[in-house]
Amino acid sequence: MMEAPPIVSGQPNTVSIPLLVIQELTKTFGGLTAVNAVSFAVEKGSVVGLIGPNGAGKTTVFNLITGNYRPDRGRIEFGGTPLAGLRTHRIIALGIARTFQNIRLFQRLTVLENVLAGCHYRMRGGILAAMLRLPSQRREENDGMGRALKELEFVGLRQQALALAKNLAYGDQRRLEIARALATQPRLLVLDEPAGGMNEQETEALIGLIARIRERGITILLIEHDMRLVMRACEKLVVLENGGKIAEGAPEQVRRDPKVIEAYLGADDEA
Amino acid sequence: MNHGKPFAIVLAAALLATAPLFLNAYQVDVLNSIGLYGLLALGLNLILGEAGLFNMGHAAFYAVGAYTAAMLNTRYQIPILWTLPLSGLAAGLFALAVARPVVHLRGDYLLIVTIGVGEIVRIALVNDIFGMTGGANGIFGISRPQLFGIVIRRPQEFFYLIWGCVALTIVLFLRLKQSRFGRALNYLREDEVAAEGSGINTAYYKLAAFGLGAAWAGMTGALFAAKMTIISPESFNFWESVVLFMIVILGGAGNIAGVLLAAFLVIGLPELFREFASARMLVFGLVMIVMMVFRPQGLLPAGGRRFSLATLARGHG
Amino acid sequence: MEEFLQQLTNGLAVGGIYALIALGYTMVYGVLKLINFAHGDLFTYGAYLGLTLLTSLALTDRLGFALGVLVLVLMVMGLVAVLGAILERVAYRPLRESPRLSAVVSALGASIFLQNALMLLYGARFQVYPDHILPTATLNVFGLYLPLMRVLIVLASVAMMIALYLFIQKTRIGAAIRAAAIDQGAARLMGIDVNRVILLVFLMGPALGGVAGLMVGLYYGQINFTMGWVYGMKAFTAAILGGIGNIPGAMVGGLLLGVIEALGAAYISIAWKDAIAFLVLILILIVRPTGLLGERVADKI
Repeated sequence: MMEAPPIVSGQPNTVSIPLLVIQELTKTFGGLTAVNAVSFAVEKGSVVGLIGPNGAGKTTVFNLITGNYRPDRGRIEFGGTPLAGLRTHRIIALGIARTFQNIRLFQRLTVLENVLAGCHYRMRGGILAAMLRLPSQRREENDGMGRALKELEFVGLRQQALALAKNLAYGDQRRLEIARALATQPRLLVLDEPAGGMNEQETEALIGLIARIRERGITILLIEHDMRLVMRACEKLVVLENGGKIAEGAPEQVRRDPKVIEAYLGADDEA
Repeated sequence: MNHGKPFAIVLAAALLATAPLFLNAYQVDVLNSIGLYGLLALGLNLILGEAGLFNMGHAAFYAVGAYTAAMLNTRYQIPILWTLPLSGLAAGLFALAVARPVVHLRGDYLLIVTIGVGEIVRIALVNDIFGMTGGANGIFGISRPQLFGIVIRRPQEFFYLIWGCVALTIVLFLRLKQSRFGRALNYLREDEVAAEGSGINTAYYKLAAFGLGAAWAGMTGALFAAKMTIISPESFNFWESVVLFMIVILGGAGNIAGVLLAAFLVIGLPELFREFASARMLVFGLVMIVMMVFRPQGLLPAGGRRFSLATLARGHG
Repeated sequence: MEEFLQQLTNGLAVGGIYALIALGYTMVYGVLKLINFAHGDLFTYGAYLGLTLLTSLALTDRLGFALGVLVLVLMVMGLVAVLGAILERVAYRPLRESPRLSAVVSALGASIFLQNALMLLYGARFQVYPDHILPTATLNVFGLYLPLMRVLIVLASVAMMIALYLFIQKTRIGAAIRAAAIDQGAARLMGIDVNRVILLVFLMGPALGGVAGLMVGLYYGQINFTMGWVYGMKAFTAAILGGIGNIPGAMVGGLLLGVIEALGAAYISIAWKDAIAFLVLILILIVRPTGLLGERVADKI
């Protein structure tokens, strides 16, 4: 598949074409409104941060985007295609990839096999091709392997390709999840707390990685609590509180928003 | 240790291939039983071991295959070995139909439902469903298989038929394991949400695992019918499913060598200690508890796939 | 009409037995999220222990029928409860932190072990409750002649269910059990000893299951070492039907399944009787997996 030419880092988004559009998105769980009429857009080539106190509904928004939950109301459009009613693997095939807040790797498989999962849907070989070991199947396997290794190289895990995923250090597991997501060749990468549990050094490396992903022309939407990362990596922030959107805009502007300050201070009081 | 492994496998294969030369008919027959259970367990291993779907009704698919073969043979005089693909197809389609509405159920619920399916099939056979299964007596008079003009009759002859099928199955399933399909089943087992979230159509692969595993059980059923020449519902009761489940779990879910080793232990060992035959299930029950507490991954656990360094180097280029 | 009422009351009696067993499944599932596959076998132990105690101690000869059976019930409850606690200690507690599959396999192993131990002890043949002890009298209820035993079983099982319900709803220990079923972590923070709750559940469930086994022995007169798995599957169906983890649900599910089965056997086909329960199980799991009284909970991703 041909990718659009990479956007050079630092080049401002003069024309903002929305890649992901969310309108009036609402989801309730047994009377509790987790997400309440939230609307925002993610522009092509940008890095957008979704922030807010714990329980604000951020992860629910992600799960609605990737089809893990069905919205009660509202719509989600990706590149002009409505995602309503699509199963998750179809949404991934359209070009959205994600990572999980509480790392979800295939623990007892190797690092390489984990990334090969991302290559899966672009491959064709079925039961018969595998059993007969057709030349086309072998070629495809080799190509997939090559792509998986490139992604491992990209996130810096090439050396651990044959280690079991469960034996990786915590930060490496997070990077492996990103490699697996990148292997699907997404247009939009959705990261759920990528810096969660990372130390300062690892977070610094992550910021670099996010920049490099962006250079590949991949749009990023991320949830993060680490404010330094959010302030440095994102050009737009969307702030949720109690399921509703309370602010949206450039990081500097959002940081000074009194409603945002209150939401965070309120949350700190409880903690 | 890694150098010894291929040698051990070659030795075991050579020993097995020549076994009919130095074993008596009864002993060869035990090996034949082990072979049949091995085939069934390898099929179940796709569902339970590779895909992690708790199927405790495997005997039902076995039964559908055996009865399909027996009916086609006794009613339409189709040679029994010709019925093999049809038996596999019938069992596979039956599994797809049964699994479709329930396959999304979580672990232990799926287990219960498959127990239920197995029992319903057995009761249906006992009640002579469609008037074609012969009720509790079953179907008899199934003809002997013929291969290249030779009628297969003696245990020694069946040995090569059955273990030939086992060998073929090992090759095919090893290839499957090293493919996109095989990996997809493992992703399913390890984390369904993450698999779907990586673009894998989990619903499809769950059904495919059931269909393929059941098809293998169905073909084994045809072999069983050919070997016995008479089949009845009691050969496919709940305990058969339990024994198969046990073989896969004890051997190491997802490990072909482990599953075959467990088939030898579970089916073969009781034959060595025949005076304690009635205590067989008691010991199995105890072993299941002890294994889960001390070695839940099975005798030979499934590891990650091995990729040769050459492949890695090529992939890197 | 007569036939229908006979089948209905018979269904209620069998349903009461299912409900008593189902309570054990549902309580354990509620607290541990584990299907205790060996529960049906504990039920069988109740039936065998009942037979052995009844014949060796000659309780009914010495104490008369009513008092003799009452003492018997208490002894069976106590012994099977201890068995349940041992089962938990040996087969489940070491696997508390393991994946679900491990606990499920261990439970199956325990079931197979218990069943075959019984077979080795008593032999594979049916065992018969001495029929001179069983009351053969019938009761005239509004012109309907019902076997006394059937009426007693319905009354006793309903009484036990009400007692359990009140215990769970009204006592501090019952509240602890309910709390542990909702959230073990939170219950622990509130100072509830979750290990004790689990032990308690493994005493109470098997005690009720054991009585159910005794009832089957007294009602049908003959028992077999494999009967636990059929009754167990049906009781489990009852628990699912009512909504697993839900105590009133198990009661409703049990009685309902007993009636469905009795009427199905009478009016559809006796040969397919066992298949009816399995069909109900599969249908309920497809159509409404949370059962009649269960609540839907979203999976956390």
